[in-house]
Amino acid sequence: MTSLLRPALVLFAMLTLVTGIVYPLAITGVAQLAFPHAANGSLIMREGKPIGSELIGQDFDAPGYFRGRPSATVPMPYNADASGGSNLGPTNPALLQDVRQRIAALRAAEPDATGPVPGDLVMASASGLDPDISPQAAHWQAASVARARGLPLAKVNALIDAHVQGPSLGLFGEPRVNVLALNLALDDVTRGVEHNPRR
Amino acid sequence: MNADPWFQMALYLVVLLLLAWPLGRWIDGVLSGRLSRRWRWVDKTEGMFLRLAGTNANEDMPWWRYAFAIIVFNLIGVLVVYALQRLQQWLPVNPTQMGAVSPDSSFNTAVSFTTNTNWQGYGGETTMSHLTQMAGLAVQNFLSAATGIVVAIALIRGFARGRAEGLGNAWLDLVRTTLWILLPLSCVIALILASQGVPQTLAGSATIRTLQATHYQVPLKDASGHAMLDARGAPRMQEMTTTTQRIALGPVASQEAIKELGTNGGGFFNANSAHPFENPSPLTNFVEMLAIFLIPAALVFTFGRMVGDRRQGIAVLAAMTILFVALYAGGVVAQSQPNPLIAHLGVSGPSMEGIETRFGTVASMLFATITTSASCGAVNAMHDSLMPLAGGAPLFLIQLGEVVFGGVGSGLYGMLIFAVLAVFIAGLMIGRTPEYLGKKIGMYEMKMVAITILAVPLLVLAGTAIAVLAQAGRAGVLNPGAHGFSEMLYAFSSAANNNGSAFAGLSVDTPFYNVLLAIAMWFGRFLIIVPVLALAGGLARKPRLAVSAGTMPTHGPLFVILLIGAVLLVGALNYVPALALGPVVEHLMLFHGH
Repeated sequence: MTSLLRPALVLFAMLTLVTGIVYPLAITGVAQLAFPHAANGSLIMREGKPIGSELIGQDFDAPGYFRGRPSATVPMPYNADASGGSNLGPTNPALLQDVRQRIAALRAAEPDATGPVPGDLVMASASGLDPDISPQAAHWQAASVARARGLPLAKVNALIDAHVQGPSLGLFGEPRVNVLALNLALDDVTRGVEHNPRR
Repeated sequence: MNADPWFQMALYLVVLLLLAWPLGRWIDGVLSGRLSRRWRWVDKTEGMFLRLAGTNANEDMPWWRYAFAIIVFNLIGVLVVYALQRLQQWLPVNPTQMGAVSPDSSFNTAVSFTTNTNWQGYGGETTMSHLTQMAGLAVQNFLSAATGIVVAIALIRGFARGRAEGLGNAWLDLVRTTLWILLPLSCVIALILASQGVPQTLAGSATIRTLQATHYQVPLKDASGHAMLDARGAPRMQEMTTTTQRIALGPVASQEAIKELGTNGGGFFNANSAHPFENPSPLTNFVEMLAIFLIPAALVFTFGRMVGDRRQGIAVLAAMTILFVALYAGGVVAQSQPNPLIAHLGVSGPSMEGIETRFGTVASMLFATITTSASCGAVNAMHDSLMPLAGGAPLFLIQLGEVVFGGVGSGLYGMLIFAVLAVFIAGLMIGRTPEYLGKKIGMYEMKMVAITILAVPLLVLAGTAIAVLAQAGRAGVLNPGAHGFSEMLYAFSSAANNNGSAFAGLSVDTPFYNVLLAIAMWFGRFLIIVPVLALAGGLARKPRLAVSAGTMPTHGPLFVILLIGAVLLVGALNYVPALALGPVVEHLMLFHGH
């Protein structure tokens, strides 16, 4: 046994050095040089200040903004310092209670919405930070957003269509709309309306 | 749902096998020493490691010495990871000033990462310093994966060698596997992920100003930290508003790469591969799914090459693929159905609770099937919230012993155990001495096989029974009824089979679960590794018999069916009663209970 102890200790130390120190630091160095934007959290800058990450959702419930997925993080929704889902099972009465409350809130906030509520707007994401909703969920909210903003519905729908991301490489995943990007674009359009007397 | 589930699966399997074939050849080259004979600097590097370790690379270890080396090496891992967590507040590279982790949680995590389980009772971004993540947890991602691979290689050598005492040199095998297989692959995957948005920085977090204010409530607490209650006994809530969002960052990509490649599964963040920073897009999702199965699939090709008959590897691969397709089909069909209770409220589409929009039903179920076929346990959806049978399929895959491709190394040695069992059953049926790959299977071999096959179900079922009976066990359950039982069954299945995924509603960061699950993880790992090495030692001593007219071929469709039958028979006999009480009864209540 003792003849195994020294090799075990020495090799453990050396492999720790290689895989635990050299490897992550080398990857950090290369990533910071080659992809600084992606490696630092894909932050969106406005006037030199970070106002969000392209990949991390934010909480929206004000009129005139598209809403994202319900978030189960604590203590506040979209807590990007403590990710997680609800873990409520499919037969749990607490899940049904949550969904009922969300439907009621949505119906109150979106009186113009027609048809069944898209599932992604009433069921919480896995990470609590999901930046996307389905194109259907965006269009479902379009009428209410257009009214709150005083914009033509067709313009809002066109804005949604311009923000739909198809499957990656046309092969993988689902079409989706990044809610933060859409709301930022909406703010830009609204500002354009205010600043342009001809419209 | 837009993606076609069958096309996605077929595309995945084709790309996987195209990549696994050359890698299988590479692994054979590394571990048989051809690489170091070809390149001088490879040989010199290996020589330097072993010289500093004061050991002779030419020592051919008998099975028991090989096993002791593995155990001593892994015990050091447990001690170091434990110490790093307990001392992290005094150590450097701790930008978010994480405090010491509790003793029971540290013990659980140390065992968890050393045994390639990567069960997580903690939330990464709220618990671990960057140093603990990099130099403790990520190191074990490498070393536990290397451990699995070298044990599989030792078993293959047992079959391939004849009248030999030794199984190879454990130290040399560990160094070669880490340096020439795991490290280069990790660098490639880490850089692909970092280019796609997975952070790789030593910064702790970024704070940003949000577009609109977030309003939320927190329970009021008194001076001693207890929640204050109102007259009706409900907690008193305080209204809060924030206009900032603190976004946790870190060296994620480097850890994510080995987390998938080593079938470890321990996430940098609590939400694991569902977190947009661990898995930003469907493309990274595809890369991560490939990384999980890459080495397990390649090792099957390595096996075929090392025993000198590639058809043997193909047969094992065929059995794995058929089981994989069947359980994926079950899971994806179950999850594609709307939850009737929620559809009834006027909601469209399949259940999205615990599912990320960018992955949807198909990419989530494909990932769930892969991560539980392998001993990975990374998740891109919350398994606890899946439809009853969609969560049941991953649970059953774990319980089959993760032999469908399986963990790195552990999947192959697990499947070879079932192959020995299959030829044994066939031998009984036709009245011949069973034989596999030219080795006669005798009483000693079957004893070792029996230990490995029985140890894990015993840990799973006894552990679940204890949790159900104990107040401390039931206290952790989040979901009521049959689903709560599934949470406990999943926890012990996952721990003893070294998977690490969870029905995460179960509150497991308690001394009860931390200790009990750590025991299940340790014995679930080493009660297999030690008998597998003992089996390998016994096989190596035997002569390799030539194929004769009386030899049952183990490379044709008949053997593939026999092998699948052995896996399903053992899995079903052990677990059907428990599964009936969990996912099955929940499914029946959901769809037929009205």
